[in-house]
Amino acid sequence: MAIGEKSGLKTGAATRDAFGEALAELGGSLPEVVVVDADVGNSTRTEPFSKKFPERSFNIGIAESNLVSVAGGLAASGKTPVVASFACFLMCNAYDQIRMSVAFPGLNVKLVGSHAGISIGEDGPSQMGIEDVALACTLPGVAVIVPADAASTKAATAAMLSHDGPTYLRLGRPKVPAIYTDGCDFEIGRSIQLRDGSDVTLIANGLMVAMALDAAEDLSAKGISARVIDMHTVSPIDEEAIIRAARETRGIVVAEEHLAAGGLGSAVARVTAEHAPVKMGFVNVGNTYAESGDPDGLLEKYGLTPEAITTAAAGLLSE
Amino acid sequence: MAVEAIQLGNDELRDKARTLRQHIIRMTTEAASGHPTSSLSAVEVVNALFFGGYLRLDPAAPADPARDRFILSKGHAVPVLYAAMSERGYFAAEELLTLRKLGSPLEGHPNMKRLPGIEASTGSLGQGLSIGLGHALAAKVDGRDSHVYVMTGDGEMGEGQVWEAIAAAAKYQTANLTLIVDQNGYQQTGATGDVLDLTPFADRIGSFGWHTQTISGNDQDEVLAALKTAREVTDRPTAIVSRTQKGYGILPLLEEEGDLNYHGKPLSADLEQKALALLG
Ligand SMILES: Cc1ncc(C[n+]2csc(CCOP(=O)(O)OP(=O)(O)O)c2C)c(N)n1
Ligand SMILES: [Mg+2]
Repeated sequence: MAIGEKSGLKTGAATRDAFGEALAELGGSLPEVVVVDADVGNSTRTEPFSKKFPERSFNIGIAESNLVSVAGGLAASGKTPVVASFACFLMCNAYDQIRMSVAFPGLNVKLVGSHAGISIGEDGPSQMGIEDVALACTLPGVAVIVPADAASTKAATAAMLSHDGPTYLRLGRPKVPAIYTDGCDFEIGRSIQLRDGSDVTLIANGLMVAMALDAAEDLSAKGISARVIDMHTVSPIDEEAIIRAARETRGIVVAEEHLAAGGLGSAVARVTAEHAPVKMGFVNVGNTYAESGDPDGLLEKYGLTPEAITTAAAGLLSE
Repeated sequence: MAVEAIQLGNDELRDKARTLRQHIIRMTTEAASGHPTSSLSAVEVVNALFFGGYLRLDPAAPADPARDRFILSKGHAVPVLYAAMSERGYFAAEELLTLRKLGSPLEGHPNMKRLPGIEASTGSLGQGLSIGLGHALAAKVDGRDSHVYVMTGDGEMGEGQVWEAIAAAAKYQTANLTLIVDQNGYQQTGATGDVLDLTPFADRIGSFGWHTQTISGNDQDEVLAALKTAREVTDRPTAIVSRTQKGYGILPLLEEEGDLNYHGKPLSADLEQKALALLG
């Protein structure tokens, strides 16, 4: 399956690569930025920064708890620490440190989780971060960002570094289609409408955005007009765009590469339930761990496809 | 005003230690909750840091980057820190009696967002040394000579994260970082030797490449001497294993009560009077 084929998207770069490039580029003009790594810098792509700025880089070993609290201390002394690990190890291994050393004191720590989702493929479930968005979103004051492609990841990296406060940036391992070919006007907390539509709204983030665009093509062929929104920030969520979609279209399908509980779908549903009840459908990993395999095969098997989005949307309208 | 240390003479320092103990007892009894004995064991160390010529601070500019940092990783002992901060001029002594009350920034555990001068929000044991290491690394990057002191409990040393920080600090040779282990021999459910014995701390910490000292931590002179030695080390992080007694200052009372740990319990109004009489 070539994601983004129907909507004509070109194959792009991995979001982790885009993050790594942007970080190394921006590091020169942001002297307060420091990187703290727990022995995965060549995977998370903080490595280019660390090669360029060794005096501002610390590799503290495979110790995620220490990683996060050290970053808290650096931030409390005025630095802007970027701490990156695999999404699962960062969020799950160091959750109390994120709570106590970062979120509760509201410190300016930039948490970055790479290898999110099941699309990491062959390494299997132990390395897949599929709980991370839920965990991050429960933390008061932490901005949670899930960019869709390389260009928006670069813009998100810049936005994150200039944002005063804790953030979580979620990155993927595989190459994903390029959506923002003319640059991306990125603002934390403000979603981006990629396609207008009047029958149904598809809200997605991460690599599901390209699939939502494909689904919109499919739906259009069926005579259904679909709005597509890149909801790159899950917390704080763009309530206005959701309420508008709920009022202006007849249903909302939310697609994400995450477990069913606590992610983007939950965040959108909370807004519609409170302000503008509307029919909703959900495309996600469900309530299960995945398995090893090739990324395309996994996405197919666990129902993360344009077809799944199309089916959910058509189903909503026929109810 | 710039940051500066305060150095009292021996007699004044002894009086100050007594004042800190009185504050600890009064505020926890008034709050009817808290950890007086965990606070009392740490008095001589906190006293030496705040009034024995160590912490360079400016209470009027609590975020001055040039300041030294004291992080109370065993956050439940925060009454000793509030007492010292108040005596140092961060806030009035009357505020101490608002401990743990709704609306007061003197929360049950340190909250840096609400009380200027608190260096870390602790209360989940095990994180303070890592936070201190972050401050120490920032000082190195900035070329500041700020010194960072972190106090942990002996029970707290059971947290693996402390040892992660010990290892990482050795790698970065942060001579501007001093760990003080308040080895008072007890933790929540009993004697530390029975729950999880990680002694001898000096040998274990030293094996990571740290400079270590073991002292009688309720002896004011020994504490001052150890802090002086720690400041003179220039090539590696330093640890002071401070052998203390939990509830030091009111031990006869705890013996009478048949509980030498007396963990997480304030004194009743009646015991408070006896305790204050004991302190003289
Ligand atoms: C991570 C974590 N686990 C458990 C507790 C509950 N707790 C509070 S104090 C304490 C005992 C601490 O013993 P020690 O470090 O020796 O300190 P002391 O009170 O003896 O000074 C425990 C288990 C906690 N605060 N944090
Ligand atoms: Mg103890």
